[in-house]
Amino acid sequence: MKTHRNHANYWAFVLHRVSGLALLLFLPAHFYVLALAVEEAATLDMFLSWTEAPVVKLLETGLVILLAAHMTGGLRILAIEFLAWRDWQKSVVAITGGLSLAAGLIFLLNAG
Amino acid sequence: MSNDTLTVEIWRGREEGEFQTFQVPRMASQTVLDIVTYVQRNLDPGLSYRFACRVGVCGSCAMTVNGKPRWTCRTHVDKVAGDGTLRIQPLKNLPVIRDLAVDMTEFFQKWTRAQAHFVPTATRGDDFAQVSPDDPRRKEASAGIECINCGVCYSACDTVAWLGDYLGPAALNRAWTLVNDERDGGQAARLKAIAGAGGCQSCHSHQSCFELCPKHLNPTAAIAGLKRATVKAALKGEI
Repeated sequence: MKTHRNHANYWAFVLHRVSGLALLLFLPAHFYVLALAVEEAATLDMFLSWTEAPVVKLLETGLVILLAAHMTGGLRILAIEFLAWRDWQKSVVAITGGLSLAAGLIFLLNAG
Repeated sequence: MSNDTLTVEIWRGREEGEFQTFQVPRMASQTVLDIVTYVQRNLDPGLSYRFACRVGVCGSCAMTVNGKPRWTCRTHVDKVAGDGTLRIQPLKNLPVIRDLAVDMTEFFQKWTRAQAHFVPTATRGDDFAQVSPDDPRRKEASAGIECINCGVCYSACDTVAWLGDYLGPAALNRAWTLVNDERDGGQAARLKAIAGAGGCQSCHSHQSCFELCPKHLNPTAAIAGLKRATVKAALKGEI
């Protein structure tokens, strides 16, 4: 791709931004479902049984990966801004990506 | 396409304009600046561009080459025109004067805004300052002082594109070399200038400046240093 943006640290920024926006959309839905526990227990139970479906587990895995990516990406930015500079920035990006995928894999292996 | 000519698309006009296509003979070790010069001297004398030294010292010939800002005098065509075509545009994030020449006024005004100039503390009666090459601050300064003001980092910076007020990688990199200059007497004013709106805290650490700096400097590292220095100064109540 012929653009000044095609390098690891820029992609890390894009992932951080996209995961942040996706979580922003997810959180209101998450809180809404939690609120069902107070007033509409039956609806909540129905929802929880729906979440047992394999396709939902897969979607949840994606969610876990996004959460992990946003957290590790945030820690990466904090390290850049508050710790001494390290020249192995691309390795840090690779580590955050690896940890995020590992978190998703662990979730998936325990999902059954 | 024949191997002995290169199809070159060159931006003509100002902000509004269009690409004009030229066929330029290929030569060994040809640089992008050679291509532009060939077009102006042989095909269209009206083409506007800027260069001076031709050897990577003056920093005046930067252009956008196949989507990326580069110093054209030391960019070999072989390296960037893999598919046999070359698209040459003016630098991004700066107003176009005409064709490939941009107005650098704003770029240099931001250096002034960042207080990126040395403020002497010694008089002519004083002896030379002794700064050890091993001093950590001297090393930080040395890492950033070879900037040639070409504007490649400024053109590659999305934060500059999104936030017109942002001082940009080059001015902040210069400020960081001065923050590490123990002879300098302008520290408080400088930190204040770069801590405010459009200052170092606006940087998103995309690191495109580092990726594309032709001198292999690392403005992102310099800006990260400024972020720490400004936070420290703010906590101490100095700015």
